[in-house]
Amino acid sequence: MSTTDLGRVTPTATDRARLGLARLRRSAGPVTGTIGTVLKYASILVACACAVIPLVTLVFAAFKDAKEYNSTGPLDLPQDWTNVENFATAFTQGRMLEGFINTSIILVVALLGTIIIGTMTAYAVDRFDFRGRKVVMGGFLLATLVPAVTTQVATFQIINTLGLFNTRWAAIALFMGTDIIAIYIFLQFMKSIPRSLDEAAMIDGANRFTIYARIIFPLLRPAIATVVIVKGIAIYNEFYIPFLYMPARDLGVISTALFRFKGPFGSQWEVIAAGTLLIIVPTLIAFLLLQRHIYNGLTSGAVK
Amino acid sequence: MSVMNPTRAPGRARSAAPAAGAGRPTRRGWRATPWLFLLVPLGLLVLFTFVPVANMVWYSFTSWDGIDPVKEPVGLDNYVSIFTDPSIFSVFLVSAYYLVGALVQLALALYFATILSFRTRLRNLFKGVLFFPYLLNGVAIGLAFLYFFRPDGTLDALLAMFGVTDPPQWLGDRSIANYSLAATSVWRYMGLNFVLFLGAIQSIPGELYEAADLDGATSWQKFRFIILPGIRQIVGLSLILAVSGALSVFEIPFVMTGGANGTSTFVIETIDTAFTYSKVGLASAMAVVLLLIVLVITWIQRKAFPEDKGDLA
Repeated sequence: MSTTDLGRVTPTATDRARLGLARLRRSAGPVTGTIGTVLKYASILVACACAVIPLVTLVFAAFKDAKEYNSTGPLDLPQDWTNVENFATAFTQGRMLEGFINTSIILVVALLGTIIIGTMTAYAVDRFDFRGRKVVMGGFLLATLVPAVTTQVATFQIINTLGLFNTRWAAIALFMGTDIIAIYIFLQFMKSIPRSLDEAAMIDGANRFTIYARIIFPLLRPAIATVVIVKGIAIYNEFYIPFLYMPARDLGVISTALFRFKGPFGSQWEVIAAGTLLIIVPTLIAFLLLQRHIYNGLTSGAVK
Repeated sequence: MSVMNPTRAPGRARSAAPAAGAGRPTRRGWRATPWLFLLVPLGLLVLFTFVPVANMVWYSFTSWDGIDPVKEPVGLDNYVSIFTDPSIFSVFLVSAYYLVGALVQLALALYFATILSFRTRLRNLFKGVLFFPYLLNGVAIGLAFLYFFRPDGTLDALLAMFGVTDPPQWLGDRSIANYSLAATSVWRYMGLNFVLFLGAIQSIPGELYEAADLDGATSWQKFRFIILPGIRQIVGLSLILAVSGALSVFEIPFVMTGGANGTSTFVIETIDTAFTYSKVGLASAMAVVLLLIVLVITWIQRKAFPEDKGDLA
């Protein structure tokens, strides 16, 4: 550390000169500019249009009544922006309230479980030297290589044998039991908590569980926030697991409830659009509120 | 500090132990402690990852239907039919569309990450807009694009503005459906690659650009000699993830077409074989094949881009 600091400190003067020069050049040389800049912003705007148009047209459709929808094109604005009938239809007839309730229950229980399990694993692996530690680490690492989607054929039999099929516990158990990324995030963060804290507490007579619960767990709060965000988004969006393990109608989560729109609402696109938006809006709100955390969380979660 | 603690700790601990009474953990007690913490996590890991994989391998050598108490061993029959029955193996070719889509997606992500890493007005707004689709629910995306691609839907209306009056059936036409689905997939996942690349580019120290400016480097040279080497790791990783992602595509075609019109993918086929046609044995063999392919790809990645990606995480 100190050597690189030194290395940085000494040439400050030249650095500053360089910076100034560079800045001069940049402001003096917009020759490459105009055409390049126009192309750059044009391409960004086209990309943003591509990202937004499929969603905006849903908004247009959702505010039209059936007659208006049939007589206007998808790019035409709705006449009455206060017409929320479609949203009401989607919410009640599409059983979306049930979906939101089931999703929330699964989300809360699975998140609590993931946090407790993940922090305990990270604590055991990072803070103890024990025989078999390498094997345990290897086991968790190996599991990251197995894409969950491939093993469902056999996982289904296990869920069935445990009697969890068609219960919320199926989804909860699978979300808790297969989350290696959370463990990884906790492990990374745990390494930055100095061991001297543990040692100090041990001297004061704390046992290992007290250290975990009173010292480590509270200090892991930023990592827990990351896991809640990454995992929360994943559970909110999960379709496959509830679809496969909870086919009962009253166990629908938002994904499966929306998926069932395809049948009964057939060509009533104004209602389907409203239902789709009802699911997108919470995501949009979460994104606007938690932007920075989401970016950070996903970068640490995606690159296992 | 750290030098002091170990020397003091044993002395204090020894004097504290008797005072706290006989219930203090013995040496053996300490040894069991990590396992107490690991009991539940390891149990779940074994139950939901290792047992399924082991069972899957076992089922793959049987003709089990998922219900019958007897699992009749059939040797390699299931594997033979995967590679000889064209109706099973041909769905692998559908992955090619998504693979090409994934390459386009990485190229777009790289382009936008690069230009947004230079000074740009409203950068955060653009970043957010391009990234947001990645956060959306897969079923919502599927329905949104069913609406987008349907006859007289959004896409057709847009094309009509440009004078295209006779657009094809984007999802109904066998020769086009897979392009439409792959494009949807690009729309969904580009944002993640873009944000990952942008993060990697922005973590390149600024002095490098300043030095390049001093040497009169062009934007292209900066991209070629500073940005590209700086993000080689993350691009390589994304490439590998894109390949295994393309092989295990499921949600978008399942929600949008249900695998009709030649859009079925290997995973859809596997799920159907297991749960619709009750051929758990054959489906397990298909899953094992996919798992092996993914493992090989991961192994190649570890070889090609060895471990210094640690600091990226």
